[in-house]
Amino acid sequence: MNRYIWLALLALGLLAPFAVYPVFMMKLLCFALFAAAFNLLLGYTGLLSFGHAAFFGGAAYVTGHLVKNLGLTPELGILGGTLFAGLLGYLVGSLAIRRQGIYFAMVTLALAQIVYFLALKLPFTGGEDGLQGIPRGLLFGLIDLNRHVTVGGTPLPLSLYYFTFALFCLGFWVIYRAIHSPFGQVLKAIRENEPRARSLGYKVERFKLIAFILSSALAGMAGAMKCLIFQLASLTDVSWHTSGEVVLMTLLGGVGTVLGPSAGAFTVVTLQSQLTMVGPWITVIIGGIFVVCVLVFRRGFVGELGRLLRRSL
Amino acid sequence: MGLSFQTVMSQVMLGLNNGVFYAILSLGLAVIFGLLNIVNFVHGALYMLGAYVALLGFTMLGPLLGRPDFHLNYWAALIVAPLVVGALGVLIEKTMLRRLRKFDHLYGLLLTFGLALIIQGVFTNYFNVSGDAYDGKPEVLSGVVDLGFMLFPKYRVWVIGISLVVCFGTWFVIERTKLGSYLRAGTENPELVKAFGINVPLMITLTYGFGVGLAAFAGVLAAPIYSVSPVMGSEMIITVFAVVVIGGMGSIMGSILTGLLLGMVEGFTKVVYAPASGTVIFLIMVIVLLVKPAGLFGKEA
Amino acid sequence: MKSLYSSAALSASLLLTAAGFAAPPKDTISDGVVKIGVLTDMSGVYSTLGGKGTQVGVEMAVKDFGGKVLGKPIVVIGADHQNKADIASAKAREWFDNEKVDMITGLLNSGCALAVQKLGGDKKRITMNTGAASTELTNGAWTPYSIHYVYDTYALGKVTGQAVVQTGGKSWFFITADYAFGQSLEGNTSLFVKKLGGKVVGSVRHPLSSADFSSYLLQAQASGAQIIGLANAGGDTINAIKQAREFGIGQKGQKLVGLLIFDTDIKSLGLNVAQGMQFTSGFYWDRDNATRAFAKRFFDIHKAMPTMDQAGAYSATMNYLKAIKLAGTDDPDAVMAKLKSMDISDFFAVNGKIRIDGRMVHDMYLMEVKKPSDSKGEWDLLKIVKTVSGDEAFMPLSESTCPAVKK
Repeated sequence: MNRYIWLALLALGLLAPFAVYPVFMMKLLCFALFAAAFNLLLGYTGLLSFGHAAFFGGAAYVTGHLVKNLGLTPELGILGGTLFAGLLGYLVGSLAIRRQGIYFAMVTLALAQIVYFLALKLPFTGGEDGLQGIPRGLLFGLIDLNRHVTVGGTPLPLSLYYFTFALFCLGFWVIYRAIHSPFGQVLKAIRENEPRARSLGYKVERFKLIAFILSSALAGMAGAMKCLIFQLASLTDVSWHTSGEVVLMTLLGGVGTVLGPSAGAFTVVTLQSQLTMVGPWITVIIGGIFVVCVLVFRRGFVGELGRLLRRSL
Repeated sequence: MGLSFQTVMSQVMLGLNNGVFYAILSLGLAVIFGLLNIVNFVHGALYMLGAYVALLGFTMLGPLLGRPDFHLNYWAALIVAPLVVGALGVLIEKTMLRRLRKFDHLYGLLLTFGLALIIQGVFTNYFNVSGDAYDGKPEVLSGVVDLGFMLFPKYRVWVIGISLVVCFGTWFVIERTKLGSYLRAGTENPELVKAFGINVPLMITLTYGFGVGLAAFAGVLAAPIYSVSPVMGSEMIITVFAVVVIGGMGSIMGSILTGLLLGMVEGFTKVVYAPASGTVIFLIMVIVLLVKPAGLFGKEA
Repeated sequence: MKSLYSSAALSASLLLTAAGFAAPPKDTISDGVVKIGVLTDMSGVYSTLGGKGTQVGVEMAVKDFGGKVLGKPIVVIGADHQNKADIASAKAREWFDNEKVDMITGLLNSGCALAVQKLGGDKKRITMNTGAASTELTNGAWTPYSIHYVYDTYALGKVTGQAVVQTGGKSWFFITADYAFGQSLEGNTSLFVKKLGGKVVGSVRHPLSSADFSSYLLQAQASGAQIIGLANAGGDTINAIKQAREFGIGQKGQKLVGLLIFDTDIKSLGLNVAQGMQFTSGFYWDRDNATRAFAKRFFDIHKAMPTMDQAGAYSATMNYLKAIKLAGTDDPDAVMAKLKSMDISDFFAVNGKIRIDGRMVHDMYLMEVKKPSDSKGEWDLLKIVKTVSGDEAFMPLSESTCPAVKK
């Protein structure tokens, strides 16, 4: 992809908090990373996980617990959450990969429901109320993430924003490198024609598992970031509705494109926040988008855009 | 806690009560998946729709038609709701699902997921999430039956009875009759069956309609017991999926028996450790999938 | 690629943290307008007892006050938190950061209440909770800017528990909603039952929003307890009561007691089913002329009689505005000081006072559901059996774990 496009996006990201409500912007980044991580599995390996919220929300709880109850600094908290998600991904992946297609999706859903149940019952999670009052803390023990800087009369949490943006860039870069590497090529081969890839000698299960762990760890990192931004980890984060949402974001933006899922995430989160006034109609609209995408818009808008411009986005 | 005969038997009855709902719903799903290869995520929403047809037929239909004293009674609803929802199902299949035939099954799942959100969202807008009461329970089914070890509402006995009849009846038609054999053949080898002069697309459409009609039927049965609410389907649907997967996704008898069995497992969990009652089925699903991947009654693909 | 990204991000953050910008200016009269936010369940299980009706209560108060305070306009905005703490907290944060909301009320559902109250404490904005029940709000979760206005689980447990035990209901079995609110309600009630010589023979915890209570009810029946205490609310309580009737439970020997019930629940159940049931409330529309007058005006707008949450919201808003007028500013510290020192006396709260822990102490009422033959109107559902003074009903400061209470 064009260097200039990346630079433009980077510049936009750096300047965003001055134009857009920073907390909202950070939420967009979290979900964009979540969707991009999910797409590693769906778009590039061809595996539909219907329980990805378990990694997103699970990491949020773990990071929240580490930072609030064990007093760890935020970067260690996020590291902890990410590692937890990766480990959980290893467990879930090992079980799920034994099955194919719809059964794979069902196993991930079932295991996610078990994680939901644990999030409900374990003492530190706060059950229905969620894990509340998570402090943002001091990054590396030095930088106060809660510090607000007043620009034009509005206090902006700039340290937190740039930390979030840095993490987003890191996660996104990892995904990008994974896709454009020999490893990524094998994943694509598995997606296209699994028996063929197997006959060529590739240990298909191994590759799938590694992709799964990578995807879940990065989804976890997104969740960990979210818990510091909102200072809350709740059951919504591990519910199957959130799992469904990330599928929608990826589908809408474009399965199998680099920027698609993130664009889809931006769209869905923006829609949800703009349409809060219409209440339950938001569910109808989201459902409608799903239906339209599946019927006529399977490439998603970035995918369609890519086809128009004749380049892979 | 004392597990007396009385306690055990009462919980068995309650478990059976829950189980028949799982059985009917998973039967519909299994029919649709087994014969059409569609993972019908909208099944829960259509179950809910069936309950609302009963409720609205009872309360609003009369005034709408200018005859305020008219109430669509319960017995009529048991027939009308499946027909109405079945017709909707036929529409869905013809206009949308058919187009996705040639693509990956997962698109069918995503489409029906989207449809479920739409239907549920519309109803959440107009109706209270905590539910409305259905007052149309017929007098003849009110009151209790003395089973010796407990007093059991007559209505629930009716529900268990009619559900078992419907379930085994459906199984019989599919597995033991000529019509059923056409259906089964039609999904395995549509071209060949078409060559015999059988209208395969029509058969498939009607099968889908029948499957969702079963869901609506369950909805009407549920209306007098549980309040009628827009989210009653979404709370059930993933559990029902688990039942179908455990039973073996193409097996009709498997879904019925597994539904009944898991209803009882859930019932017992409510006594032993109630908070886990919603999750125990998923635990079982994981174990079954690891040990017997095709499901308890499934045939290895 | 990576070095470009990370060095840019790192240098940006270092730059900004190193350069010492000035701290944000302290609010005086915030932006020339007093904004009140109503954040509550507008569409879910508790929407009938709170919901839009709460906003109606607030808007009525603003209108009655004159629409302006200290010459500046008053604006009311509302939003639905859908009983999700993350939605409540995100909305409140947005309101405090962007919309310059000065006070948030409503806040039913203890999980949401705790999240928003904490945010209010961090950002120095006032929260006047009219809907939630948890005693945590005036104990561990207290902030200098939080007020808990209408009722809590301690008052409910004490007044109902004592009344029932005193009329002979000595052995209890609890059916409890398995989350903080339900557990706290069960805990508080058990305490008082035991204090008066009763005993708790067992309990079962059910997931929030259960459709089917038959299993739990049968367990309650098997326990042989005289009283089946329902430590839940809204749709759960209604379902439990209805299904108990179906199974013939609660009719001979055993009695069902709802620990948190609202008028709207009784309306939903109907007098046939609910008659004779006793519960505790902070308000009843038919108590006296003043309440009836308010209720009539409320009914004309909302088409239903006000619950304690909704009437409480009117009273809280009215007193908030009065406090601003008395203090001469809407600065949160000054307003809180006034609120905690003035008498709260209106149709809603007789002998009301806001204590140092934010607890608004006022009379509570033991209600009983009328027999169908005694009811003369669609909303003539209850009678007041006993009035319990605030000091007796609520947790005394000596037992409080609130950080502001000096021991």
